Amino acid sequence: MAASQPAAERLTDSLKDAVVAAVIALALFSGLIGIRTTADVGGLGLNFRWELLAAAVATVFAGRFLLNVFVWRTDKPVTRLFSGPMPKIPGLDKLGVIAGPIMLIAAFMLPVISWNFFGQQNRYIMDLAILVMTYIMLGWGLNIVVGLAGLLDLGYVAFYAVGAYSYALLSTKFFPLMVELGYAGPGIMDWAFWVSLPLAGILAAFWGIILGFPVLRLRGDYLAIVTLAFGEIIRIVLLNWYEFTGGPDGLSRIPRPSFFGIPFSRGEGGFADFFGLGYSPMHRIIFLFYLILILALITNFVTMRLRRLPIGRAWEALREDEIACRALGINTRNTKLTAFAIGAMFGGFAGSFFATRQGFISPESFVFMESALILAIVVLGGLGSQIGVVIAAVVMIGGFEIFRDLAEYRMLVFGLLMVSIMVWRPRGLISSRNPSVYLKERKAVGAEHVAEGRG
Amino acid sequence: MEYFLQQLINGLTLGSIYGLIAIGYTMVYGIIGMINFAHGDIFMVSAFIGLIAIILLGIVGTTSVFVIILALLLVLVIAMVLTSAWGWTVERMAYRPLRTSFRLAPLITAIGMSIVLQNFVQITQGARVKPLQPIISGGYVLMEKDGFVVNLSNIQIIIVVVTVALMAAFSLIIALTPLGRAQRACEQDRKMAALVGVNVDRTISLTFVVGAALAAVAGVMYLLYYGVIDFYIGFVAGVKAFTAAVLGGIGSLPGAMLGGMLIGLIETFWSAYFTVEYKDVAAFSILAIVLIFLPSGLLGRPEVEKV
Repeated sequence: MAASQPAAERLTDSLKDAVVAAVIALALFSGLIGIRTTADVGGLGLNFRWELLAAAVATVFAGRFLLNVFVWRTDKPVTRLFSGPMPKIPGLDKLGVIAGPIMLIAAFMLPVISWNFFGQQNRYIMDLAILVMTYIMLGWGLNIVVGLAGLLDLGYVAFYAVGAYSYALLSTKFFPLMVELGYAGPGIMDWAFWVSLPLAGILAAFWGIILGFPVLRLRGDYLAIVTLAFGEIIRIVLLNWYEFTGGPDGLSRIPRPSFFGIPFSRGEGGFADFFGLGYSPMHRIIFLFYLILILALITNFVTMRLRRLPIGRAWEALREDEIACRALGINTRNTKLTAFAIGAMFGGFAGSFFATRQGFISPESFVFMESALILAIVVLGGLGSQIGVVIAAVVMIGGFEIFRDLAEYRMLVFGLLMVSIMVWRPRGLISSRNPSVYLKERKAVGAEHVAEGRG
Repeated sequence: MEYFLQQLINGLTLGSIYGLIAIGYTMVYGIIGMINFAHGDIFMVSAFIGLIAIILLGIVGTTSVFVIILALLLVLVIAMVLTSAWGWTVERMAYRPLRTSFRLAPLITAIGMSIVLQNFVQITQGARVKPLQPIISGGYVLMEKDGFVVNLSNIQIIIVVVTVALMAAFSLIIALTPLGRAQRACEQDRKMAALVGVNVDRTISLTFVVGAALAAVAGVMYLLYYGVIDFYIGFVAGVKAFTAAVLGGIGSLPGAMLGGMLIGLIETFWSAYFTVEYKDVAAFSILAIVLIFLPSGLLGRPEVEKV
């Protein structure tokens, strides 16, 4: 339709549309960009910034006009075309097969490369790598819930918090008490992390079941809000239960992990001494990196395996059509509950890793934004896609790090990205995962249209 | 008793504000079946627009009652118009393109929009709280006993009266005007409404506009009542208003108002008689409990699942 229309008419239409957009932008921004409230001595004052307002409106006008002329090219330039399914890039489907092993090797080699080539930057790079790996693990954990089973969980960070506080409380309060009372030898402190890790996972899974049991009857968006509410409840309790959790002060002096009982300390009996190496604080960092890498890979491995089991098939079926699932006799509640609990368990593992890495935790680390960030990693990576999560986590956390100086703006850009990617490719930017099994050949209609109206 | 009465007054005032926001949630849910997660932030934006308008008009410190009333009406109109524009834009940018997409997609863009609005206001207006001197002062002493005074302030009267008046006007709009008819038609069956000539997209847009306008009233009232706003007020207020909508029965307008009042009362009484720290926990727990045991709310219709 665009081709048949005279170019001049298209141009005028585009211009008209851009003018309308600019007028709306003027209305929207006039108050909030053009005028800024300032705190003066005698109350609030105003600061006028017309040049900024003009710049913002001009940007909207130019952007809209250019998009109209060069991207949408329709007679009535609306977002209609923009919203249509974009052509898939064929190479991306095979991405996991090729990129997966390469990334895996790169990840295993990273400490060596970083150690040898980035002298001064070594510590910084490894810290960043650990952070990225933590988010990859969280992303993979949440992917089970959101990507595979299609349950939108906005309170995932609650399980992360449960894991972190489980480990912190066990290692700073419970184990010392056990030692004091004589129920355990003092050696348990060297193994604190290794004993707590499975416990933290189990506790988180347990919480997942407790929270999930009543709410999983709810439909998609109700579930999202209730999980958000639970996430907030857990945070508020952590914040206010001062005697138990330390309230806003958090818990500090959480024991660092040991190399299977050998502490990373200087001198006799330490890791360096045991293996006859010179002491370096980097040993622990590198160990932490491999630890989170292994934990993340376990998450991935379990997910991949589960996907081939009947339960994994049931998750994917549930995501595509819940009513059909029920008609086929799948126990939807148990299926959802398993996904919820397993996702929560991996969140708990990641949480106790977080606690041992930081050595200090407080409720501030478990705010809703954290849940939104993990969710964004899963969504942008492509719901259900494992390799997508990795790429999204690397890009997102790496991007946050690069634009550290623009701290305020990066969240704005992050939100805009979330919206535009969802509008552009609802099933994920990087890749998307279709159900593992089909009946005969694929239908001509994409899954996103089949699932019209339900998740 | 005096304490109870005072809390009752405070709770009803707070409940009116929640009720006005809740209408936005309930209407949007009724018509397109999605939770407009960004609605709380629309409310926050409106409070900021109201603040700027108040300072711009220079009514802080004015004593003439007539001038204040006139100026506040003007502020209300400005806030409603500009906030409606925000509501319309959010719908147009983030929700309309996803109308045929899978169910979770608009919810995710709504979260994105919420983040955008919060950070936009944080960048443009600064992260610090904005205190505003009280503009409407004075009130009535209803009771006095043993040194405890039960106050009914003018601003509380205004909030409740404006809310009730708006509710009445709004119910009439829905019941009598062509817009209301189109809106109800879309709520019942969007496809069928389109077939008989209702402009569905336009109706949905107008729903967002009206919802945002009511949120703007709530925002200005909140600003006048508490006198302190920041870019984060939208999140908690939004979740509570949503709770109110669910409690009253989502999709039902009287339900939203009733739910708002109940949530306001519960929150106030919880803070007064138990602990202030856990007042949000109380509100959130009610949300969970209502959804589990009474999914259709107090006044809502049970939802029929269509295959």
